[in-house]
Amino acid sequence: MTALLAARGLRLAFGGVKAADGVDLDVRAGEHLAIIGPNGAGKTTFINMVTGYLKPQAGEIAFEGRPILGLSPRRIVRLGIARSFQLPQLFTEHTVLQNAALAVASRGTFWSAIRPLLDGAHVAEASELLGRFGLSDLAGRRADALNEGARKLADIAMALALKPRLLLMDEPTSGVAASEKMAIVETLVRVLREAGVTAVFVEHDMDVVARFADRVAVWNQGRISALGPPATILEDPAVQRDVIGIRVREGADAAA
Amino acid sequence: MSRRALLELVAALAAAAIVLLVAALVPWLRFVLTIAIAKGIAVLGILLLLRAGQVSFGHALYVALAAYAAAFAAPRMPEALLLLPLGALVSGAVGLVVGLFVVRYREIFFGMLNLALSMVFYSVLEKFYALTHGTDGIRLPAIRYVGTALGPEEAGWATLAVAILLALGFGAFVRVYLLSPMGEALSAMKTRETRLEFMGIPARRVLLAAYVLSAVMAGCGGVIIAMTTRHVTPALAYWTASGELVFIAILGGAGSVFGPFLGAFGYELTRTYAAALVADAWQMILGIVLLGVILFAPGGLWGMGRSALRRRPAGEGAA
Ligand SMILES: Nc1ncnc2c1ncn2[C@@H]1O[C@H](COP(=O)(O)OP(=O)(O)OP(=O)(O)O)[C@@H](O)[C@H]1O
Ligand SMILES: [Mg+2]
Repeated sequence: MTALLAARGLRLAFGGVKAADGVDLDVRAGEHLAIIGPNGAGKTTFINMVTGYLKPQAGEIAFEGRPILGLSPRRIVRLGIARSFQLPQLFTEHTVLQNAALAVASRGTFWSAIRPLLDGAHVAEASELLGRFGLSDLAGRRADALNEGARKLADIAMALALKPRLLLMDEPTSGVAASEKMAIVETLVRVLREAGVTAVFVEHDMDVVARFADRVAVWNQGRISALGPPATILEDPAVQRDVIGIRVREGADAAA
Repeated sequence: MSRRALLELVAALAAAAIVLLVAALVPWLRFVLTIAIAKGIAVLGILLLLRAGQVSFGHALYVALAAYAAAFAAPRMPEALLLLPLGALVSGAVGLVVGLFVVRYREIFFGMLNLALSMVFYSVLEKFYALTHGTDGIRLPAIRYVGTALGPEEAGWATLAVAILLALGFGAFVRVYLLSPMGEALSAMKTRETRLEFMGIPARRVLLAAYVLSAVMAGCGGVIIAMTTRHVTPALAYWTASGELVFIAILGGAGSVFGPFLGAFGYELTRTYAAALVADAWQMILGIVLLGVILFAPGGLWGMGRSALRRRPAGEGAA
């Protein structure tokens, strides 16, 4: 099996906190890999390391066989790895359509483009993309006027506009009302299958993981404590105790 | 061309015609209007930086650099059509070098670094008397236009005409620029700079391009000022001159390329008439006007005018 992304021996500690403590992880071409784990385990840190935002203290990361460690986020995006954010990072003074069109424009002839951003080609592609995400009705709204679910989808749409071969999503459904959650997941599953993009997503909701993931990695205290198909992993008593149990308690705290 | 662009083009040409008419009817205003347009051109550059959420408190540096370049070159090369590109080039080149450094900083640090550099230049102009004649400044000889020597009256008209043409050209350019991906990335920087990097867009270079353009525009404004006043002094680089540009930008509004020119006309005319009417109190009047704009019309004169037009039951369609 060919690995699209191969991480070996990643280590990164913040003071005493080991966010990554010797992580080996392969992402297979075409799969949807879920990363689960308690708060503060190092899941976002993993995405930050792969995208060049944080540099691990030790280890190797290869994308399509090519080492990418030490490259800037900009270079890594250009190689074909895009990400979305735990807290959506939208251009809040622009409309949703402008956000998407800027992402489309950033892919190619950005510097040579003196045509308006909102001219035919960019806008057509951006509109089509928003349509696939079910965001057409919101295209003309300012990005800061969206609810959390739409914000999450727009954030992911912007990452997908970059036409990545690997998409990293940090908690695509967190902060979204429970009633909206599954609709968002259905949209995402459909769009990502259509696009044929390999995806890694961090997720706390086990229903979402069960619906979405081909494989699940459990990230615990800077290590991958379990890795396998969702049916096996989600039934594993150790995982239920360490990860799922903690979430239930935290959910109760947050609700209080 | 969209209907809106056409409308703005007509408005710009009408404004140019009005300026020429006023200058013809009230001869002593020609000088004031030329200076106002020169400052408006410089403020167009400030507007680019404002789009990225950055305020430079030192852009008089580029006005003064180009003005002095023109003053030094004029005795050997008294040709307006050469002095303008020279000033633009000098300011643009220095803008590139300074820009490489200052675009690493944001907000107050960006503003203060620009201020500091402009004050360094100010003291250089003041201290190196042998070269710059200190606070006395340098007088410019009569300037030729396309090789033709003109009398003072004709030269005044020629400078105004050049200023208007440059204002129209830069205004159109900045309008196109702001709507292009480069311009949209500039305003995207204001809200989410890190996202740009994760989209493969080099945010610093986007700001650098705007910074160099702003220096070039300030330089063109500086050469026009030098050709109009025929006398350059270190005061051109003083921090109050930089503050004036920011003042005009806020007064006019950053929402449109018309803002800088509305602001510049408002500023220069208020200054001229208030100075004549109430002598020493014109700064107070300007201060009150600025306070009013910030509190009640954050979109500036442009924003006020636009909402006044919008309130009418007019039928302007989609953009
Ligand atoms: N840039 C940083 N500087 C210092 N500490 C950091 C930094 N980034 C993360 N950490 C710490 O590293 C640990 C792992 O953080 P990370 O954000 O990766 O966790 P996570 O698994 O994504 O958690 P959550 O589920 O809450 O999002 C946390 O203790 C966090 O406080
Ligand atoms: Mg996280």
